[in-house]
This record gives sequence, C-alpha cells and structure tokens, in this order.
Amino acid sequence: MSANAIPLDSSAPLEPPVPTQKPIKTTGLHVGDAEPGCRKVDPILVVDNVRRTFGGLTAVDVDHVEVPRGAITALIGPNGAGKTTLFNLLTGFDKPDEGTWTFDGRSLAGVPAYKVARMGQIRTFQLTKALGLLTVMDNMLLGAKGQTGENLFRALLPFLWRNQEADNRVKALDLLTRFKLDAKKDDYAASLSGGQRKLLEMARALMSDPTLVMLDEPMAGVNPALTQSLLDHILNLKSQGMTVLFVEHDMHMVRHIADWVIVMAEGKVVAEGDPHEVMKDPAVIDAYLGQHHDEDIGEDPDAETEHVSAVKELLDDER
Amino acid sequence: MDWGAIFGNAAVELISPTTAAYALAALGLAVHFGYTGLLNFGQAGFMALGAYGYAISILTFGFPVWGAFLVGVGASIVFALILGVPTLRLRADYLAIVTIAAAEIVRLLFTTNTFADVTGSANGLSGYKNEFAALNPLAPGSYGFGPFENNAYDTWLRIVAWSIVILAALLVWQIMRSPWGRVIKGIREDEDAVRALGKNVYAYKMQSLILGGVFGTIAGMIFALPRAVVPSNYQTTLTFFIYAILLLGGAATVLGPIIGSMIFWVLLSFFSGFVARAVEAGWLPFMTSVQGGQLRFILVGVAIMLIVIFRPQGIFGNKKELAFVR
Repeated sequence: MSANAIPLDSSAPLEPPVPTQKPIKTTGLHVGDAEPGCRKVDPILVVDNVRRTFGGLTAVDVDHVEVPRGAITALIGPNGAGKTTLFNLLTGFDKPDEGTWTFDGRSLAGVPAYKVARMGQIRTFQLTKALGLLTVMDNMLLGAKGQTGENLFRALLPFLWRNQEADNRVKALDLLTRFKLDAKKDDYAASLSGGQRKLLEMARALMSDPTLVMLDEPMAGVNPALTQSLLDHILNLKSQGMTVLFVEHDMHMVRHIADWVIVMAEGKVVAEGDPHEVMKDPAVIDAYLGQHHDEDIGEDPDAETEHVSAVKELLDDER
Repeated sequence: MDWGAIFGNAAVELISPTTAAYALAALGLAVHFGYTGLLNFGQAGFMALGAYGYAISILTFGFPVWGAFLVGVGASIVFALILGVPTLRLRADYLAIVTIAAAEIVRLLFTTNTFADVTGSANGLSGYKNEFAALNPLAPGSYGFGPFENNAYDTWLRIVAWSIVILAALLVWQIMRSPWGRVIKGIREDEDAVRALGKNVYAYKMQSLILGGVFGTIAGMIFALPRAVVPSNYQTTLTFFIYAILLLGGAATVLGPIIGSMIFWVLLSFFSGFVARAVEAGWLPFMTSVQGGQLRFILVGVAIMLIVIFRPQGIFGNKKELAFVR
C-alpha cells in the first residue's frame, strides 16, 4: 500500500483544507441498517452483481450497491480496490463480465460511454484530461449538449448554430467566472496548472447540466489553496440539485463534505455509511491498514489492535 | 547556365494540376492527421482509387465525367468504411498500420495481371481525357502569360483543379471553425475526454476519415488527368511526399497544405533543372546525369529537414502549439 493512500502520519498538513462554508449534511439516506449494499430512500444509481476480471484478477465484484440521489457520496478504498474500474464500468468506458446497473431507472448495461454522458451522468478522470491544444473556452464549449453545429452538414451553415453557440458561450463564461478561470479563457488548456485543469474539467462537465457528476480523485495533485475552492465547488453541485459520486483518498475531505461513504476493498463493497460512523467500521480499518490480504476482510482482530494508534489519529482528527 | 529556363520551369509548377492534386491530397491528410489525429498512411491508396475509379468508369463502362467522378468518390467512401470499421475503435497506431497495408493492397490489385483487361496491369490506363476535354468551354488557343501560358485543355484543367482546391480549402476552413471542428480537434487531444462529454467519437472519426479520403480521391483524379494512370505512381512514397508537404505547410492549417505543395513542387522542379544543367555544364564532375536526377530528392529532403528543424510547426502552424508538445 503506498503512502498516499491515507494521510495518517504527522506528514499530513496540520490544518487540513476545509470548505469555507460549513457543509450541510444530508441525512436519512438509507433504509434499514447501514451495511454494505443497503437500500436507499431514493437511489439514482443501482448496481447489481457487476463483475469485472482482468485475467485471473477480479478487479470489481459488487453484489449490490445504491447511490443516493441529491447527496454527495464518496467512494473510498485502498489503492487497487477497484474504485476507478467501477467508475469506468458505470460510465461505459469498460464492459463488465456480467451484471446490470441502472441510472435513473434506465438500464446502462451495454450502453456506450457517450450515451451514458448524454443521459446526464458525466464523469471526470483521475489523470486530468484537459484538451491541451484547445483554448479553455473551446474546452468549455465542447461540454455543451445537443449542439446543432456538431453535425457535419449543419456545420457548413453557421446561421443554424450561431445563436446556440453564443448562448453556450455566455453559459461557459459564467461557469469560468465561478471557477475563477475567466481570465484564462483564451489560453490553451495546456498552459493551466494541474489544479486549474481539475477545475476546468469540472466546469466543463457542468456545461451539460448533468444530474450525476462522477469525480475520479478530484483532489489528487491539487495544492491546498485550490483544494478549498474545489471543495466549495463540490458542495455547490449538491446545493444546485446534482448528485455527486467521487473517489478520494483524502479522508479529511471525505469527512468534511461527504453525506455517505461507500468503502471498497479488493473489488467488493465492504462497508457503507455515514462518514463519521463508517471510519470506525473494523472492515474499513482492515481494508486500509490490514496487511493480511490473504485473510477474510473484517475477521482479523490482530490487525485492529496493531493499528489502533493510527485509527485513533483518524478519530482524533474529527474533533 | 540558362537560369531563365530553370526559374521558368520551376514557376510552371506553381499552378500545375499536379501541384493542385498534391495540395488537395495534403488537405485531406490535414483533416485526418492535423485536425483529427488519425494517422492515415494510405493516402496514396485513396488517390489510386480516384484515378482508377475515374479511368475505368470512362474506359470500360463509358460513364460520363460526373458518373466517373461519383464512382471514384463512392469507391473511396467504401474504402474508408472498410478501413475505419475495424480500426477506428482501436488506438491510433493501428490505423497507421492498416492504412499503409491497405494502400499497398489497392495498388497491387491494380497491378496484378488478373484484371489486366480492365486495369491495364503495370502499364496502366490512358486515353480517358476526351470526355473531360469535351466539357471545356474555352475556345482553342493560348491562355496566360510567361511560364503560365498554356493551351486551352491545360488551362481548363488548371481552372478546374484549382477551383476544387479552393472549394475544399473553404470547406475545411468553415467546418473546422464550427462546433463539428471543435469536437474533431478535441478527439485529437484526447478522445476519452470527448467521449465522456457525450460525443460519439467513433462516428466523428469515421466522418473525418471519409472526408479526408474523398479529398485524396478527387486529388487522384486531378493527378491522373494530365498523365496516364500507372500503378507505380501510387506507391507509399507518394503518401510520404504528401506528409512532407503537410508538415512543411503546417499540419492543422488550411493554407499550409496548399502553399506547402507549391513550395514542394517549385523546389523539386528548381533543383531538378539546376542539377541537370550543372551536371551538363561540368560543375559536378563526380556525377552522371542519372545520379543528378536522384540528387533533387536529396536536396528537397535537406530543404524539408531545414524547415522542420527551424520551423517545426510548419509555415502556417501556430508556434504557441509547440510550447506544449508533450
């Protein structure tokens, strides 16, 4: 397990970045006990028996999991837990060996990535994919849905798409202003810093008015100052009625903004729950700290005692 | 040394139909490679389909000019689909391998003796110009001035060829500044990101492959009209000359392929005339006239190397783009 999996030690920043406003947590999302695969009051994404193997390695093997609507859900887990693979499967970038999953009640099995995006489920990437040799503005405009001028034949007749383009431009500029990138709008996206590219990618995703935003490690490689504004932006997504599902390693951030946490380990969902409660779950502690990969997760009392001090730090951090 | 003749012959190439054909083929590659990022190494195959499609339609089937034109274009669309359906879902380099092989298959099919009565095998085809000449509205006589003076047929051919090039350039300019062009350029940068934004990347790549391929096909027809159709003209070197023109002018530009083609042919003609006369005049005593004929390609190669080293973005390319080359 690499060091960046979870900031447990003293090298973690003394004052972790927090969003400027106090996040309002959404509660009462689940039905029954908060256990792996528990039912949600209003799920937007439902995953059933999704399995993906790479040769002999089972990367993802999720029996059942539901993502609540209108909330911020964090998908956490140690490196290699299958979080990004699950992301790829859910967004159509990869095909599972078996399984079904629905978004907003519509089955997504076998639906190609671009159609998934058109349904309103937009994702970002762990390694930022800003389109380097396009200007920041062009990056934004690319995000808009249903553009008339994107048809080859209609592209020849500018009067057909000029008005729509102007509207998109206004919308893009508004988003860029919110993300403090408006001064950069005519620069190549390649000239932006890593953190700015993350912001651009998120802003670009919002151009299509998505209902579910899936962020793959939005904080990776972003400096603390930008982290704060990124956190605010993620909270804003929720206040604007969007559902957010994000993969993250930074526990501070997860605790501060997530309403619900799904923990994966070795391809399976091992725990679910409120961010404060789920951190105390022995299965989670084992997933992160247990070095006993050959043993069944959650049934190893030794691992628990071994890492009690580390876990204490985690809990201390909350106060 | 007859400098007048050397420069005159070089100037002829400035607006020759061959220059127009190369410019159009390079414009097709600009759509493929410069804008979409598709590594098409089979442009010669598209050109061969155009030339043979046109010539066979007229000679074997007696089609009118427009019918022959449509046959060539149709053939290249089918060819693009055959190339694209299996490869466009894969990484870019697969397309490069498939196109280079497919272009050779096309050329060898036209060379093989099996279809000699239709394709003329290695001797190729000729005698298909009358139909095009019959459309010529110009009265017989001489048009133009100086090195650009031509008879009515050659003038007519130049007018048609360059009109097509200008129309194609305007078309590319217009679509590349539209939202369609934005998607295409986005695909060049990162197709997964574009896919994640809800664009059908596969369909866009296919459209681009067909569009650039059709340009190559029409270029093949223009290329065939002043000469005979000979299969050895459509070797892989043709594709590489077109790539050289494209890089010379600037890959993701509209004017680049056109000006690049002019520079390429003027330089080629200039070096050819200069070397031949220099050998004749005894300036290059270590060289025979046969060797001199090859030297021009070496000199053009050096000239292109210099341009690529000192102006890697090409003549019309944007210097800023290179600042971020990964």
